[in-house]
Amino acid sequence: MDKVYGAYLCTGCGIGEVLDVEGLKDAASETGMEMQEHACLCGAEGRAFIEKDIKEKGINTFVVCACSPRVMQKEFDFGEGTITVRGNLREHVAWTAGEAPEDGGVDEFLQELGADYVRMAVTRAQKTALPVPYKLESLSRKILVMGGGIAGLTAAKEAAAAGYEVTLVEKDSVLGGKALNWRKMFPTTYPYATLEESTIDKLVADVTGNAKITVKTDTEVARVAGAPGQFNVTFKKAGEKTEWDAPARVTVEQQEQIASGEMEDPNKGMKKYTLLNPDGELFGAVVIATGWTPAKVDEFSHLGYGTIKAVVTNAEFEKLAKNGKVPARVAFVQSPGGKDKDQDFPYCNSVTSMVALKQANYVVEDNPEDGQAYILYQHMRTPGNSELYYKAMQSKDGIFMTKGSVTKVEESANGATVVVEDTLLGEDLKLEVDMVVLAAGMVPTTLDKAVANLAYRQGPGFSDLDLFDGYADSNFICFPYETRRTGVYACGGVRKAETMEETIDDATGAALKAIQCIESANRGVSVHPRSGDMTYPEFFFQRCTQCKRCTEECPFGALDDDEKGTPLPNPTRCRRCGTCMGACPERIINFADYNIDMIGSMVKSIEVPDDDEEKLRIAVFVCENDAYPAIDMSGMHRNKINRLVRFIPVRCLGSVNMVWIKDAMSSGMDGALLLGCKYGDDYQCHFVKGSEIASRRMENIGETLGSLGLEPERCGVRQIAISDYDKLPAIIDEFVEEIIAMGPNPFKGF
Amino acid sequence: MSDTAGNGAVLVVGGGMSGLTAALEAAEVGSDVFLVEQNAYLGGRVAQLNQYFPKLCPPNCGLEINFKRIKDNRRIRTYTLTTVTSVSGGPGNYEVKLETAPRYINANCTACGDCAAVCPEEIDDSFNFGMSKIKAVNLPHEMAFPRRFILNKDACSGETLEAIKAACKYNAVELDMQPKTFTLQVGSIIWSTGWNPYDANKITQLNFNSSPAIITNMMMERLAADNGPTKGKILRPGDNKEPESFAFVQCAGSRDENHLEYCSYICCMATFKQISYIREQYPEAKIYVYYIDLRTPGRYEHFREKFIDDPNTTFIKGKVADIVAERDGGVTVVAENALTANKVSQKVDLCILATGMQPALGEAGKALGLAMDGSGFVVSEPEKGIFAAGCAKSAVDVHTSGQSSTAAALKAIQIAR
Repeated sequence: MDKVYGAYLCTGCGIGEVLDVEGLKDAASETGMEMQEHACLCGAEGRAFIEKDIKEKGINTFVVCACSPRVMQKEFDFGEGTITVRGNLREHVAWTAGEAPEDGGVDEFLQELGADYVRMAVTRAQKTALPVPYKLESLSRKILVMGGGIAGLTAAKEAAAAGYEVTLVEKDSVLGGKALNWRKMFPTTYPYATLEESTIDKLVADVTGNAKITVKTDTEVARVAGAPGQFNVTFKKAGEKTEWDAPARVTVEQQEQIASGEMEDPNKGMKKYTLLNPDGELFGAVVIATGWTPAKVDEFSHLGYGTIKAVVTNAEFEKLAKNGKVPARVAFVQSPGGKDKDQDFPYCNSVTSMVALKQANYVVEDNPEDGQAYILYQHMRTPGNSELYYKAMQSKDGIFMTKGSVTKVEESANGATVVVEDTLLGEDLKLEVDMVVLAAGMVPTTLDKAVANLAYRQGPGFSDLDLFDGYADSNFICFPYETRRTGVYACGGVRKAETMEETIDDATGAALKAIQCIESANRGVSVHPRSGDMTYPEFFFQRCTQCKRCTEECPFGALDDDEKGTPLPNPTRCRRCGTCMGACPERIINFADYNIDMIGSMVKSIEVPDDDEEKLRIAVFVCENDAYPAIDMSGMHRNKINRLVRFIPVRCLGSVNMVWIKDAMSSGMDGALLLGCKYGDDYQCHFVKGSEIASRRMENIGETLGSLGLEPERCGVRQIAISDYDKLPAIIDEFVEEIIAMGPNPFKGF
Repeated sequence: MSDTAGNGAVLVVGGGMSGLTAALEAAEVGSDVFLVEQNAYLGGRVAQLNQYFPKLCPPNCGLEINFKRIKDNRRIRTYTLTTVTSVSGGPGNYEVKLETAPRYINANCTACGDCAAVCPEEIDDSFNFGMSKIKAVNLPHEMAFPRRFILNKDACSGETLEAIKAACKYNAVELDMQPKTFTLQVGSIIWSTGWNPYDANKITQLNFNSSPAIITNMMMERLAADNGPTKGKILRPGDNKEPESFAFVQCAGSRDENHLEYCSYICCMATFKQISYIREQYPEAKIYVYYIDLRTPGRYEHFREKFIDDPNTTFIKGKVADIVAERDGGVTVVAENALTANKVSQKVDLCILATGMQPALGEAGKALGLAMDGSGFVVSEPEKGIFAAGCAKSAVDVHTSGQSSTAAALKAIQIAR
């Protein structure tokens, strides 16, 4: 597109009162655009003012220096095929002004701040391009569901009901999973007092009878190669080893060791991960519903599992109940910690409390005369409506429940003796029972297996699941389906121990995310959190030095590489955070509307006085997801912000290329700061790794500065949350004070 | 998209986290979505929370992303101050009548705040549960989206109204704005009307109104929030004392057949979260937690483990029978310890009632023809294209709400197709 520029300055909302309008227009003019002013650009008149220019001059690229880009988006959207760049003179300048100078004039420092934001906006407009979405040549709308239990069956059924073709893969010879062994299901409707007949047979029949669903039993997925919209999937007979199995992860270091013969290649004899199987089947997205396995309980030796015949797990008891009558006197042990710990068994969540109630119900149901079930708990976990079933069981004859510490289970003539201390009854109990049932948890299949079997540079499984005890769960409270492998969504027992009702919702949601990913790939746009973004990273491969930093650092495993280490991009896996762009030392990775040259040029457009020690300049790169809104809200509170800093929004701190820091320092600026999200185990970075990676890079650049004789502390990183708006001015001031103490950049003016 | 996007469109009622999620997930597949919210802003209950458990991250972070997704998506149209007045038709061709209450501030508003500057009248700030005052013309909170002021006309004198109108440079004050009714044609409807804190006054033995030292857990969220009435400092309402001791009364209304039969799901974890707020500000304060069961299952146990061995925190299994206001501004909490069967009394400076979740829709749902269960939750009727999501469906946490809302989005799309 041939850009025709129009620059506009809004003087409303206090901007014109604290800034010299002519001076701002001069700043735009010096940068290459004539800027026109209006008292209220967002109003009908202001819009007409701009539209007149569109008609007369054919303007298609707009620089709007007014309020924050977070507001008035519709007002300054001039339709398809146009570009709008915003300069934030309201929240970041006028509203941070504090008290007006006594003489009623314009504060020199504030004016310079405003002029720099105008220069940066103009520069940005000059350097941006209209994105052209990445379209796959061919796109599959089929969905692969791995796992034929309740979660997988539900995901398949619901995706098919929305019109999508599904292939469901199950390693066993029959569908149904764990639910096949259940005698009854938890209540799902008010008043939640009675168990329900299992619906698993109907669900299996619905799926097998659905023309849109292909079922493959006795089958496993060897590997999932490719990317959303065109995953290339190789199937295999369950249990078989094949050359198309997903290759193990080999790090850059290990690659070198393999090359030098120090290490054996774990993927020897297997097809390279970048190969697409010509016999593979194409899918658009994947749902992982491979479920759980019963947790081992033999580590709790005082409970006698494995040594006392009468001690069984809840899963074993359920099978027994399914096949016949259960014994009359049964103790249910919910917590294995004796007197020391009051936690449930590992991997329980709240499901095992409900399972104990259900199975206690079987005991009295099967033994109407003499049935006695004892539930021995530390905390009954029946959240939400399941409380109503708990209550119903409390009033059932033959069911006894008490808080207590089970300290010992011993073999006895007819079964076992259970010793319970610290009970609610005020005395220790010795229960003679026929059977003891331990409330074993549900271990996700992702705990020790790379269930997704991805043929990705970064390995076959999801990353860093140890943060979630091995569950394929999300770290984001608000975004439960967030995953670090675009187009691959988990549900059911791999995510957490869930009841059937929860699983059905979870699986339906996962099906939606799979469909959404396919449709987004079809439109050539990103999925969450930059949903709808049409840009994607473009590589200038001629200058690639195969350093592998981008392939290693991409939080989403979007980049594969060839034998030499040249990255092989997969745009539909990409989430557009720009971490690759930030990583690249050759600066060859760029987006249409966000690139190295653009931000670098913006930094260089900041005017740096080289003869005034009062006028230091500090470039602050700001995460646009959290830190930038925090600055806006600080402005709304009219907090005064230090006038020596210049805020430059970035997609994620991960996208900050260190050349921008060098640009800042070599243009005579006195410091550089990154403001972004918290990292660590409870990371808040929407792109998972961006802020963490940026901090590491900044440490390294600090060393580089040191070697040039500059203080490493001139470059800093601060973690802030979106809610830190009132703390922000002090955080900035503190950093600026440190820079002031160090004095001006000694290379200023060179 | 037009007002009559037609039978493929989805209506989402309630613009909290669940409604936002359902609306966005459906729209990002490609459906046309109408999202209506009765408050002046989107974000619902979570907008009032200081932090989420167990990550202790600010909910506004997720709301910001969701608002950005709305701004970037032309398939979603949002309506604030809007309620559903009637629903007719059936799946695939619902006709829904709605009413938008007057905001008295039109779309010209730039949120510059000049109107509030000239407004002398103040009203109770409902966002802070009345613990502070706010100008009668106001932006409900910093993150309010849409970022537009609202005028409480009844609270202002005629003189003030004229002053407000005159102060606005952008002609945004419309004093004669009227309620507006309109009709939408949609294929399916998602109810994500959320919850209200259970009315603590109904739990008579807890004497909620007898002392400002008795607050609810939602009030505690506001006290701990930087944008709350005390700018994040936890102080006792009434006398602004820095509390040296705290009591948490769990199941305040929940798991109680006289109040809410069900368990409100989040209150145990919310209490542990609020203990973390207290520990940040008062490392030595004494904390007493009265509970029936500590419901911190699964991975939430890691969060409980951080606090369970704290020597200054005592967990007492027992239900609180009485709370007595004391002369020094504190209260005495009386309970029976279920393990020892002893009656225990504890004097504290501040008492927090872990009040539960009551479905917000209430009787209005029945009038609109919805199926509701005995607790007032909305029951999905898939064959009718009516779906419940989040806490309108059952008491759950935010993460689980996200799952059920995403599921509801798919069910709604199935009808629309």
